Amino acid sequence: MTTVAATAHTEHGHHDDRSFIRKYIFSTDHKIIGIQFLFVSLFFLLVGGLLAMQMRWQLGFPGRPMPGGGILPDTMAPGGVILPEYYIQLVTMHGTFMVFFAIMPLLVGVFANFLIPLKIGTHDMAFPRINMWSFWTFLVGGIVMLSSLFVPDGAARAGWTMYAPLSARHDYSGASIGQELWSVSIIFVGLSSILGSLNYITTIINNRAPGMTWFRLPLSVWSLFITAILGLLALPVLSGAAIMLLFDQTIGTHFFDPGAGGQALLWQHLFWFFGHPEVYILILPAMGMVSDIISNGSRKPIFGYHSMVFAIVGIAFLGWIVWGHHMFVSGMNPTLGSSFMVSTLVIAVPSAVKVFNWMGTMWRGNIRFHVPMLHAVAFVAMFVIGGLSGIFMAATPVDMQIHDTYFIVAHLHYVLFGGSLFALFGAITYWYPKMFGRMMSEGWGKVHFWLTFVFYNCTFFPMHITGMAGEMRRLYDPNQYTFLQPLQPIRVFISISAFLLFASQLIFFVNFWWSLWKGKKAPQNPWEDNGLEWSLPSPAPHGNWERVPNVYRGPYEFSSPQVAEDYLPQYKKLPTDREPAAASAATH
Amino acid sequence: MTHAAATVDQMQPPFPAERGLEVYNKKLGMWIFLASEVMFFAALIGTYIILRFGAPGEWARPGIVLNIKITAFNTFLLICSSVSMVKAYAAIQDGDPKKMRFWLLMTILGGASFVGIQVYEYMHLIEHGFVPSGVRDGSELAELVAKGTLPAATMGLYGSTFFTMTGFHGFHVTCGVISMTYLYLTKALPGKYSKQDYGGIETVGLYWHFVDLVWIILFTIVYLI
Amino acid sequence: MHWWLPFKASTFAGPIDGLFLAILIITGIAFVLVEVGLIWFIVKYRARPGRKAFYTHGNTRAEVIWTTIPAVTMVALGLISNHYWVQMKGRNSIPANAYPIGVHAKQFEWQITYPGADGKLGTPDDFTIRNQLHVPVGRPIVVHLSAEDVIHSFYVPQFRVRQDVVPGMDIKAWFQATVPGTYELGCSQLCGLGHYRMRAQVFVHTQEDFDAWMKQAAQEASQ
Repeated sequence: MTTVAATAHTEHGHHDDRSFIRKYIFSTDHKIIGIQFLFVSLFFLLVGGLLAMQMRWQLGFPGRPMPGGGILPDTMAPGGVILPEYYIQLVTMHGTFMVFFAIMPLLVGVFANFLIPLKIGTHDMAFPRINMWSFWTFLVGGIVMLSSLFVPDGAARAGWTMYAPLSARHDYSGASIGQELWSVSIIFVGLSSILGSLNYITTIINNRAPGMTWFRLPLSVWSLFITAILGLLALPVLSGAAIMLLFDQTIGTHFFDPGAGGQALLWQHLFWFFGHPEVYILILPAMGMVSDIISNGSRKPIFGYHSMVFAIVGIAFLGWIVWGHHMFVSGMNPTLGSSFMVSTLVIAVPSAVKVFNWMGTMWRGNIRFHVPMLHAVAFVAMFVIGGLSGIFMAATPVDMQIHDTYFIVAHLHYVLFGGSLFALFGAITYWYPKMFGRMMSEGWGKVHFWLTFVFYNCTFFPMHITGMAGEMRRLYDPNQYTFLQPLQPIRVFISISAFLLFASQLIFFVNFWWSLWKGKKAPQNPWEDNGLEWSLPSPAPHGNWERVPNVYRGPYEFSSPQVAEDYLPQYKKLPTDREPAAASAATH
Repeated sequence: MTHAAATVDQMQPPFPAERGLEVYNKKLGMWIFLASEVMFFAALIGTYIILRFGAPGEWARPGIVLNIKITAFNTFLLICSSVSMVKAYAAIQDGDPKKMRFWLLMTILGGASFVGIQVYEYMHLIEHGFVPSGVRDGSELAELVAKGTLPAATMGLYGSTFFTMTGFHGFHVTCGVISMTYLYLTKALPGKYSKQDYGGIETVGLYWHFVDLVWIILFTIVYLI
Repeated sequence: MHWWLPFKASTFAGPIDGLFLAILIITGIAFVLVEVGLIWFIVKYRARPGRKAFYTHGNTRAEVIWTTIPAVTMVALGLISNHYWVQMKGRNSIPANAYPIGVHAKQFEWQITYPGADGKLGTPDDFTIRNQLHVPVGRPIVVHLSAEDVIHSFYVPQFRVRQDVVPGMDIKAWFQATVPGTYELGCSQLCGLGHYRMRAQVFVHTQEDFDAWMKQAAQEASQ
């Protein structure tokens, strides 16, 4: 196809004379920073997965020596048998790593960085150096969190939600330095997110290419924009709470200490005031990228673009007033519970609208089942389960029964794994050529997808059943309870499925690494997509465009009757198109 | 407008772009950053309000532990430094770098004195026995608690919230002083600011006014009420 | 093996299980519609050479329909749920004749305080037993929840009752057992390394048995 003049000879245009360190380590290039986030957070994803495997071993085969567990010190697992104090560290660190160091940076750190400038048509972020700092503060936070596994007394032990006063007083939790390192690490994560968010927001507002009006933005950019606003406003609250927690732990303040007048529920309010917007930080970018991929895979414009945008905005707005639904049985005023229930049920509406619009997009399409599309469709299928199971919890009387049981565990994994992680596997495969100039293996991608899809459901669906039966979360050994003993066969089934699920992920990691060197060379526009990023060579060069392209239309013009092919890029000028106002106004 | 000049890069995207807000990146970025700062201080102040109104007893009356007079002077100093910041901004808008340098220096001095006085105040308070965990045993204030002048039940919360809120505000002032000093040395002194390019002054000024505003709120709720 | 909610042993179980079933049916319909629709579209509209997709940007009527139906359903669900919520947890929901029992949670045990012969807590004839909750059948029970150290959660699955126990707060929760028998009370909020073994036995007696037990237990306690 013919490339637009704007995109031409970028590789020759920019003479890149930066040193190796400037180019790949202390880089200010948004693409390199995105890739740095990618490598680091994939590593943490693996760490989080390994922690989960150990938990599943204990739950499936309690009291039996874990294969390979002999390498763990006696304070964790003497003779390979997991101790209760190690088990609750596993619970805590699995949640912490997955939420703060895997899913959130994978969605926001990787894709906001990589996609925003490429998709809106600009050379880099508004503040490249702040962007670099965002990565390095994240890395410091991650290293601090990782190191807490190796300190005396081990890592934090109060669950990823760190409910005070268990987390605030070391004599209650039994961990000391580990608890403090958790707080320190979260403060770094907060700082990193704030620096990132202010960059994304500024860039999207001010640096869009000529013709890239608000309603020509791809939904991935819209969702990342809204996510950045949520992150900007939610993370400082978490940082503030973590600072107070750290002070309680170290310098003897009494914020969460009921003995001295502090309030235990204060932590929960602060945490969930952050925590519920956080839930949408963890899903909105996935929704946005899935929208891009489904439209591409179906070869059809996204169904109801505007209502998709309003749904994102609606979810983000309602996301601020639903935090109390985590606290229905916490001792909070029950009347508040009623109002939080209503806002929570209402938030189901924009989510439903999005699902129907994705289906509307596939309807009468011409669907191509490339690996990203498989993951995107699986996202819709699994997100529906996670979304619908949320309605059970939103209904306060039912929540009284299933709160803090495996039903919740199932729900959140259907949203975070079935939702976010499937979207991420799709998105990584989709934009991999633009990052590295090579394609990931299609065949192994499909093998990975199907194995993941099957074992994922085998792992998490039965948790609904054990949860309904009343199995509480975070139990080291549920067999302590007579009424939970008959469920042991289900736990064994879940554990074996989880091991197979983990093993299947290794296919993805091998495919990822192998393709870096041996993958098929990627063409410029392998998926025949419309976005601005595909006007660049693969991989996209430093500085992106010599001169940014002009934008003539929205991002989802697939199967347009105006052209013979079934896609019509945003940067392609048809004879009928007029130049955007900003382009002609610029005096160059 | 010439494209090559660095001054243009300062004030707007260096390439044709779709109309965004009529605000250049640095300033917009600062506004957005301040939004997150609002949330941060809202968390601290909200905590203070919740703890104070839910406290298991009455709160210490103002003026017993804290020295209001010296802090009132400190508040005045910080407000003056906000005024001098405005002067510096106005000077560079008029294209008078010399006057701008003078007022920027005054602002830096004002901010630095504020931090200095706050450190002095902290040392004084700690000496008297007021610490983040409440009142130190065997100190001057511990006697007041024993006599009933100060409420024993809430002194822990008083210490926790006082030191956290004012401490983080002091940290913000310190950051502001450091950034202004950096700009003064690297930009203002070498004469890099002009009538056309004063983005740095305006941006740091926004931050400075915000920090000032937060202090006025903190002074009111912590010292006066 | 057990594939449904636990045995029903309190007055809350009926409405909660009914609501659960209702939500299961509503979400089940939505679930089947979406999944069947997805599979149908995948098969029917798979790519075939020489064909182009139908070019459309959406349909306002469809949007309105699939916004309104979930919205109405959700609001209705909210109203029904709130009706029961107020009965179970509302400020004035605790029946006046409820029998009081003190439950004090600490790492990692439940200390159950019984009101003794006078039926009132906070009197000298109160006595405390560890990890055993005895209640009479068919009579509202109000538990006065307090915590020694960290947050625990009072949970009896067969009663469908759960309430966090928060240090520094006095929280009351009520229930009414309907079937005599032995059940388990568990902690459902992570409370430290012994969280998994913080359990107590729950005995639901007939009123006569309960009175007899109470007499004997009070006697043993006073010795």
